[in-house]
Amino acid sequence: MSVATIFIQRANFIDACYIVAFSLFIYGMSGLTGPRTAVRGNKIAAVGMAIAIVATLLTPHVLSGSSTVWLIALGLVIGTAVGVPAARNVRMTAMPQMVAMFNGVGGGAVAIIAWIEYRHHFQSGLSFWVEKSEIPTLFAAIVGSISFWGSNIAFGKLQEILPGRPIKLPGQTFINGALFVVCVGSAIVLAAGTHSQGLFIVGILLAAAVLGNMVVLPIGGADMPVVISLLNAFTGLSAAATGIALNNTAMIVAGMIVGASGTILTNLMAKAMNRSVPAIVAGGFGGAIAAPAGAGAEDHGPVRSTTAQDVAIQLSYARQVVIAPGYGMAVAQAQHAVRELEKALEKKGVTVKFAIHPVAGRMPGHMNVLLAEADVPYDLLREMDEINPEFPRTDVTLVIGANDVTNPAAKNQPGSPIYGMPILEVDESGSVIVLKRSMASGFAGIDNPLFYEPKTAMLFGDAKQSVSDITSEVNSL
Amino acid sequence: MSTITEIAILVLAAFVGFEVISKVPNTLHTPLMSGTNAIHGIVLLGGLLLMHEAHGVLEHGLLVIAIAFGTINVVGGFLVTDRMLGMFKRKPDLEEGTPEKEIERK
Repeated sequence: MSVATIFIQRANFIDACYIVAFSLFIYGMSGLTGPRTAVRGNKIAAVGMAIAIVATLLTPHVLSGSSTVWLIALGLVIGTAVGVPAARNVRMTAMPQMVAMFNGVGGGAVAIIAWIEYRHHFQSGLSFWVEKSEIPTLFAAIVGSISFWGSNIAFGKLQEILPGRPIKLPGQTFINGALFVVCVGSAIVLAAGTHSQGLFIVGILLAAAVLGNMVVLPIGGADMPVVISLLNAFTGLSAAATGIALNNTAMIVAGMIVGASGTILTNLMAKAMNRSVPAIVAGGFGGAIAAPAGAGAEDHGPVRSTTAQDVAIQLSYARQVVIAPGYGMAVAQAQHAVRELEKALEKKGVTVKFAIHPVAGRMPGHMNVLLAEADVPYDLLREMDEINPEFPRTDVTLVIGANDVTNPAAKNQPGSPIYGMPILEVDESGSVIVLKRSMASGFAGIDNPLFYEPKTAMLFGDAKQSVSDITSEVNSL
Repeated sequence: MSTITEIAILVLAAFVGFEVISKVPNTLHTPLMSGTNAIHGIVLLGGLLLMHEAHGVLEHGLLVIAIAFGTINVVGGFLVTDRMLGMFKRKPDLEEGTPEKEIERK
């Protein structure tokens, strides 16, 4: 063995590499505080990851054994072959599914590693392992398995393989509680060492798998931003636990940063929907809604529909126009058409701003990405708290494929299921034009009184077509 | 390393994580999520570390899956984040000459 090999295989060298790696993760993530530094930050974090992987491969014995190298290479090749095309080709509208899938495979990897870890160390009967690694390993097994199966369900719902509406069983809360007790109870039994059969860990993984399915199935489409963030946090925490079990500082720090990020986003999303995280996890959004929606249906005025030409005239003679986009805009692929309209209006001297609700789209920050893809300058985007005071000074607000986030029932109907949710106060502006395919209700399944207000006009049809029509009318004025 | 040291690292990492991530603006929350996806791909290391200790087809097969899953996270996560951030980076101020600081603030 050469001197160099001896040097790089020393434990201190490997540990130093891990410290460099997690420092680069933290430094890279801090680049995400601004769009300008973010690209570089992401690359720095990627360099950190490369260092961590190389350091691990240099660890003594890691590549020992005849087939080890080939099996590791096989895993890396399969992962790259799946990951690269997925990342290259995914449409920005499909980012929530992509992130759900990534959460899922991360959780799955953690669950598998915890399982193998348990099998191996249990068989070798090392007593120190029991004290040190058993609890984090069991934690990783449970949380990783929940995250894997929960993310699969979330992916299915977002991809519309599964129905987006809540799927509930009678006594669901009780069953979930029981499953949770089974998981934790078995884990305690295992940790206490009275039942040391290897099959117990499989039982725990299965119970956690069922729990993951059962927790996400009853959650409705409207709550998806919260679910994705929560599963993100779970995967991170389970990775950190695996890091403790394997004595790997890079895994501890990286997992915990992801856990912190997921937790912050979960709280932000829940706050933006005025819902508590336990309430979302405990049950779907669907059940309570039917009654208030029906009751509200009586006091409707007539719905006023309008034409692209009228809308174009109204917009062209406005001083300030605010566009409130929702997921419907993304579904119709109308973001590029919206950008054209924005340019046409600016040419006429109209100030155009975009009002972005925190839960517009299906995951945190989704709408910003969709508009960035269409080249909308991000200095035109306004967050909810920034734009709400501006609505009284706005002549026309154009609501494109957004519904629940503009629903004034959240402000003035205490009986409404979304009462208290912060909304874009579009009803404060001079007039409102709603672009919508039909009168169907939004994700939350709640009727929107905004549509029946005298100052509101509806332009029915495909959002992309409607926006293009308005743009050509504006240009011909 | 003692368990207590590792828990100390965990707690400190939590504080650093909250500090750093809470400064990320709403605009970048989707890239943040895909970026953290890439970072929790670190579980890949677990698969690498355990492979040489594995016995039998079941353990080897499972670890290949775990390594593949971790690699999907790392490679896919960093690539898709880069692609998304590229969309934010390109245009805005260059055409209109808005000072960089003002953009950053927003």
